[in-house]
Amino acid sequence: MATDIAAPRQMMLADLKGRVDPDWCPGCGDFGVLAAVQKALVDLQIPNHRVCTISGIGCSSNFPGFINTYGMHTLHGRSLPVATGVKLANHKLTVLVTGGDGDGFGIGAGHFVHAMRRNVDLLYIVMDNQIYGLTTGQTSPTSRLGMKTKSMPFGNIETPLNPITLALSAGATFVARGFSGEQKHLTELIKQGIQHKGFSFLDVFSPCVTYNHDNTYQWFRPRVKKLEDDAAYDATDWTEAVERSLLWGEEIPIGKFFERTDVPALHAAEPVLDAGPLVEGNTRIPPDVVHSFIDELM
Amino acid sequence: MSQTFAIGIGGAAGQGIATPGDIFAKIFSRRGLHLNAYNAYQSIIRGGHTFLTIRTSAEEVTSLGDGIDLLIPLNQDTMDRHLRLLTAGGACIFNSDTIHPGTPADGRQLCALPVSKMADISRNKVAQNTLAMGAALSMAGVGFESLESVLVEQFGRKGEAVVKENVDLARVGYEYAATNFQPFREPLPKTENRYAVPSGNIALAMGGAAAGVKFYCAYPMSPSTGVLHWMAAHGRAAGIMVRQVEDEIGVVNMAIGAAHAGVRAMCATSGGGFALMSEGLGLSAMAEIPIVVIDCQRAGPSTGVPTKTEQGDLWQVLGAAFGDYPRVIAAPLDILDCFTLIPEIFNVVDRFQCPGIVLCDLLLSEGRLTVDPKLLDFNPPIDRGELITSNSAGVHDDYMRYKITESGVSPRAIPGLPGYVHVVSSDEHDEDGVLISDEYTNTTKRRAMMEKRMRKVTGIEAAVVPPMLQGPHDAAVTLIGWGSTDGVIREARMRLAQQGITANQLQIRWLVPLHGEVILDILRGARHTIIVENNYSGQFARYLRSETGFVPHGHIRKYDGEPFMPHHIVEAVHEQLAGTTTLSVPTHEVMV
Repeated sequence: MATDIAAPRQMMLADLKGRVDPDWCPGCGDFGVLAAVQKALVDLQIPNHRVCTISGIGCSSNFPGFINTYGMHTLHGRSLPVATGVKLANHKLTVLVTGGDGDGFGIGAGHFVHAMRRNVDLLYIVMDNQIYGLTTGQTSPTSRLGMKTKSMPFGNIETPLNPITLALSAGATFVARGFSGEQKHLTELIKQGIQHKGFSFLDVFSPCVTYNHDNTYQWFRPRVKKLEDDAAYDATDWTEAVERSLLWGEEIPIGKFFERTDVPALHAAEPVLDAGPLVEGNTRIPPDVVHSFIDELM
Repeated sequence: MSQTFAIGIGGAAGQGIATPGDIFAKIFSRRGLHLNAYNAYQSIIRGGHTFLTIRTSAEEVTSLGDGIDLLIPLNQDTMDRHLRLLTAGGACIFNSDTIHPGTPADGRQLCALPVSKMADISRNKVAQNTLAMGAALSMAGVGFESLESVLVEQFGRKGEAVVKENVDLARVGYEYAATNFQPFREPLPKTENRYAVPSGNIALAMGGAAAGVKFYCAYPMSPSTGVLHWMAAHGRAAGIMVRQVEDEIGVVNMAIGAAHAGVRAMCATSGGGFALMSEGLGLSAMAEIPIVVIDCQRAGPSTGVPTKTEQGDLWQVLGAAFGDYPRVIAAPLDILDCFTLIPEIFNVVDRFQCPGIVLCDLLLSEGRLTVDPKLLDFNPPIDRGELITSNSAGVHDDYMRYKITESGVSPRAIPGLPGYVHVVSSDEHDEDGVLISDEYTNTTKRRAMMEKRMRKVTGIEAAVVPPMLQGPHDAAVTLIGWGSTDGVIREARMRLAQQGITANQLQIRWLVPLHGEVILDILRGARHTIIVENNYSGQFARYLRSETGFVPHGHIRKYDGEPFMPHHIVEAVHEQLAGTTTLSVPTHEVMV
């Protein structure tokens, strides 16, 4: 496998600039997420070739093209299984998964739940704008009750999903919520999520300025309250985290809801990786092991 | 094929058919005999009807044959259904306490075991099985010590008392048969050879291990689950990461992720699971990440007949994923080929950075066959193609993952290497991986990228061996098959030859690339062509016609869930040569 042959040098924001500029609508919340991820990687000084950014399909899933790391732009809803395969084949990589609420909580909901219970060591950032943007404005799994969209012109009658509560119940070992309008706070959460050894879920309010006229920056700003500002809040208390996750209305908590460090990540729990990443292993099986395989059949 | 000897053991699921099956298989293979075994069963854990056929010979056993030389019915149902399959000189060993004998044809021996007088059946519920095994081996002229040593091995884990009880019971059966029953005319032969007896699923899994697969994932689905079971049990010893995933969509995408990170990745499923993997195959092709997917076909459509065999997935596999893309599809010819094919197909998909599909079926997956252990080569050639796994030359500012080349293959750098940072995409992209879909759509670039990928097809065709005609050149009939029908067609040809009808055979192993020109050259000289396949609509016949325009004289098809028996093909050839029909659909004579 790779060894860095160049002398280590400071990684700069410019190193993380993608080959093309983002094509998101002016004012899109996703710009803030991209900037925060780039800042976090620079702060943590993780070389860009050690990072693999993996997305599904949707506006926010164009993310890997806009950042200069190894990237995979996969299928709609399938980023997490692809990312799980990448991480298990080379657990030395820092794996970031990016996508939207439709990608992650709609078509990809099954994979989302299982990736969390497996505690795959990666950071999953959902740019949650509560709407389908790239398909020009349909109801998403997190659209509020009553919201009028092209697919539900008379108002949404389906209860929205609560990503934080879902993540807590599915066994995610790091659960947080950020707001694209709170850059510094978001960058901190991303750094913590990358450093956490296990599945880190980060739901980010990332307003869609084109199709969601309900959940705008102006709507979020007075409502978001940082959990970090509440000295009494204990993010190791799961029950407390579930209670806070249910708050929605005049006050909406953002920040780290929950973290536990006593559950090994999937790659750490599998002895076959004790010898190192699969990609660095021997292709040939030792003769005595081969002999035992054949002997069983004799 | 010389003299063969077929044993049939039948009963309800849970009556312990597997154990005598394993014991007979071990005794035969350790006598240096070949065997071919197949279990006809139902999707039920207790009850129903299960019938295991084990056919053995000093020479290769290419099919399960037509008859049973020794029938061991463990219940009345089996006696009633299968007695008619007994061959002349054959015998039926049964528990006369619980089973009423049927009326066999002349020259068949009914061997009644008064089980309650021979064993304490209140203590041992499967006493009849052990007694019958003892009796069978006595009649077949096999020394008791062969059975004793296998019983010790089989029951050793359960403690000495259980071993002794079974050995004693077997001896009672053995001695009872020596006194009361006629031995078979020919005692079982013996050779100095020693064979391994893998199932097709074990062979597929071991083939993956030999190919250097480091990542295997699956969702359980009959009849492919045996691959997962072998991988799960042996993965840690072999250095293979094995994962059970939430569904087949997750499976194929997880395999793609692992493959992208640089290891060989494989997964297996059946038709229903394969349907869910379809979009993932497109990703593999578009992002140019090689994976191998095995489809162990079962009778469809939908949930279909989960425990029965069919070759009904060909068009699903041909049409899987939308759009045009390069890929390879191969069907193993027998259980040994399940092993051999996997390293071969991995070399092709690694070289051409595309998906590879193995079209197996229940007949091979769950059947068992003796294999010379020397042929289970765990050091086959491994060609990873143009894969960049180390950075030897510094920064590569000009590296383009999808560089347009003459061969269509672009050097593939794995993530983690400095100097090769790039993005791969399911969207259409430019040479550098940048999306050209959406607002960047550019017809010139789209066409260039499409042609780049599709140029691989030429290379793939050259990389794969074209099919060859087997048997005499100027034959009265040419039988065309694909995949698992190889052995039964071979046996049918031998029968036909004995009856004065020369037959040759074109057996297709690589379905894509098909080598249509080669096939046409071969068939141009054929006198009477018949396509044999295990499905309703003649899927291969329709495919061959679409690719080459070739139309055969006739078809032999079977879609009742059971595999062909040699006589099905022999009789169909007779009726077609006589001009009675051009489509024969043989009836399976026994309900299993």
